[in-house]
Amino acid sequence: MSDAMAIMKNGGSIPLSTLGVLPYADFAEALLFEVAEQGRVAAYFAVPAAEETLELFAVIAKDWRGELLLLRSSVGKSFPALTPRCPQLHLFERELAEQYGVVPEGHPWFKPVRFQSSYRSGLDAWGRSPQHPVPGDMEFYRVEGEEVHEVAVGPVHAGVIEPGHFRFQCHGEEVMHLEISLGYQHRGLEALLVGGPHRATLAQLETVAGDTTIGHGSAYCQILESLAGVTVSPRAAALRSLALELERLANHVGDIGALAGDIGFLPTAAFCGRIRGDYLNLSAELCGSRFGRGFLRPGGVAFDVEPALAAKMLQRLAAVERATRGAVELFFDTPSVLARLEGCGRVSVDAAEGLGLVGMAARACGLTIDARLHHPVGAYAGGFDHVVIEDAGDVFARSNVRRREIYDSLAWVKGLLRDLPAGALAGELPVLTPGQLAVSLVEGWRGEIVHVALTDESGRFTRYKIVDPSFRNWSGLAMALRGEQISDFPLCNKSFNLSYCGFDL
Amino acid sequence: MASRLLLHLVLLLCCAPLLQGVIVKTKALFAGRVGAPLLQPYRDLARLFRKGFVFSRTTTWVFRAGPVVGLTVPLLAALLIPFGALPAPLSFEGDLILFVYLFALARFFTAAAALDTGSSFEGMGAAREVTFSCLAEPTLLFALIVLAKLSGGLSLNSLLGPHLTTAWRGPYAAALGLILVCLLVVLLVENSRIPFDDPNTHLELTMIHEVMVLDHSGPAFGMILYGAALKLMVLGALVVRLALPWQTGSWFFDALVFVGGQLLLAVLIGVVESIMARLRLVRIPQILIGTTLISIFALVLVLR
Repeated sequence: MSDAMAIMKNGGSIPLSTLGVLPYADFAEALLFEVAEQGRVAAYFAVPAAEETLELFAVIAKDWRGELLLLRSSVGKSFPALTPRCPQLHLFERELAEQYGVVPEGHPWFKPVRFQSSYRSGLDAWGRSPQHPVPGDMEFYRVEGEEVHEVAVGPVHAGVIEPGHFRFQCHGEEVMHLEISLGYQHRGLEALLVGGPHRATLAQLETVAGDTTIGHGSAYCQILESLAGVTVSPRAAALRSLALELERLANHVGDIGALAGDIGFLPTAAFCGRIRGDYLNLSAELCGSRFGRGFLRPGGVAFDVEPALAAKMLQRLAAVERATRGAVELFFDTPSVLARLEGCGRVSVDAAEGLGLVGMAARACGLTIDARLHHPVGAYAGGFDHVVIEDAGDVFARSNVRRREIYDSLAWVKGLLRDLPAGALAGELPVLTPGQLAVSLVEGWRGEIVHVALTDESGRFTRYKIVDPSFRNWSGLAMALRGEQISDFPLCNKSFNLSYCGFDL
Repeated sequence: MASRLLLHLVLLLCCAPLLQGVIVKTKALFAGRVGAPLLQPYRDLARLFRKGFVFSRTTTWVFRAGPVVGLTVPLLAALLIPFGALPAPLSFEGDLILFVYLFALARFFTAAAALDTGSSFEGMGAAREVTFSCLAEPTLLFALIVLAKLSGGLSLNSLLGPHLTTAWRGPYAAALGLILVCLLVVLLVENSRIPFDDPNTHLELTMIHEVMVLDHSGPAFGMILYGAALKLMVLGALVVRLALPWQTGSWFFDALVFVGGQLLLAVLIGVVESIMARLRLVRIPQILIGTTLISIFALVLVLR
């Protein structure tokens, strides 16, 4: 027996056989209908099936119902693109084409995403030669005109940052169009995970994006727990949430410092750089790694927080909180700073919704998207009600979301440390259920992280899909630059602070 | 004459990098850091002058002329302006026009050198630098006309002569105060300081002056840095003399007042850079037009 559509919760899983394969036309109609009915595409990916056919899977998040809808279809060499009617699919469809050599016909901007070779050798959507493609080797959108000029930035940048290429079409100082080309750090992560879980899988997933160790790590742990049918103890869930919020604090504080550095506002830039280190050191208290590496275990966590350590962390947190509030409030109290942030790099709520932005960037545009609120698991279930929304959509809004989330996370972390529930740290994980599909959402500091895993008949991964929030938010940065001054690009870029390697995978 | 020339050059060449060190130290203290040693700029210059030249094959002599002119011009301009109460070694009627346009010449060569590289960044920086300097020029000229009107002469020596002490107490003190503010803004714009430009940024898209010199390295870059330090001191001399117009009668104490004034100015620049964020690029012309209007108003006050 199989249904046309499966409804599940975050951290849940279903037997693959219960999910019916819809004809593509029905699949497309159902997908568009559900997205129009207040849905968002959380993940859209393919799994190679029998010869020359691909199975498409779509995960649609119904936020206010707290549900995830699953759709499944099957296509051959090509299929009509849905991007013209549902723009948030634009990168997903390009990714499908690149990974499996299928052609979404009618895609308005059909180009490779990461410049990787097709998973199915001999099949290439662009008919390129079989040797490995050169990243960035493609035509960019061009504006022609007497006074129009093109500015190319990267992939090698002046600062110590990740590589990415930015192509601006400018009229004087005004940016008419920005195109972002990434893929320079493609590691083939999704391909590495097939056949897993291996002993290295957790370490690989912790480094999907180096600054989101706990975020991606917990998404992976939730997948395994769901496939193994275990639930983590309240204590382990609370400790995971503690680590996740410390990660959020460190990154948000670092970001505000970096924003201050970009606009030449010295005091906050200097202080936040140091305070970020204080939060990282608190993470190091948990597990010995400043980035939280090795803290998580499928089934729970690897390290406990004894009452003495909790008291010590609370004490240190009090001092760090004072310093944080001082540095952050100074930033938001300075008129020259506000003049620089307000009205800069605006993204409209329609554009944000259309492109399917998530996380801070979406919340700064007035969209209420927070997996901790809508799809809560573990410590967040029933306890989280403090979602931060700003509506201006500009650099100020994105900074202010960070400021308010810093204060909320501080309160949350202190609450957890004062009253850690009892329970085991981690249990043994039984073998994974074969022929199962599991979905896991985690609200990392940057936004919603989606992991989807499918297992074969022996409980090994046949496909592991990772959707980093950066994958969806880079388009938001490109939109934010339309009509802006090119000199404001670094500030806009920093206000999004997206991951390159999380995108490149 | 020869001793005056020597004193002028020694003061300029020895003290200029120190001012950069003072700015950096002030900013470090505001940021809660120890900061680089005061004499670090001297070491940086020594390091750069020990290196070899690297030139892109696509550039021509124009690219090489940029740093040379950038270093020579402040030296020439320094000979035209009194350092505090120490009169300028070279002086003639109307030298204020030469003083203003010597810097324009340097700018022309720096911008031409930037364009010579063919890089889109450098072209953008050159366009910005030239635009903002154009807008800063009227302010500087109006301020000098106010001073000329007060002194009755047309050479910088008479403009910044001993009459300033009495002028501050007279009815024209308000006009002097206004042009002092205007000249301070021009000083910050011309020397690419916050809030108009950020000399420390690594973000090539937001740079104005720094992006024009990205392709220079080694001794050529050393010349540019030294030239920039000299320029800060020469333009600063205008502000310092206006703010501290004392005559002590002894050349030693006059030099001391001058150097002290320059150090105070460097601290002031450091403070401004520490407590302000950079302006959006589109706001800079508005501010410069504002200072032009203020300097015109100062002129109206003295013509009344």
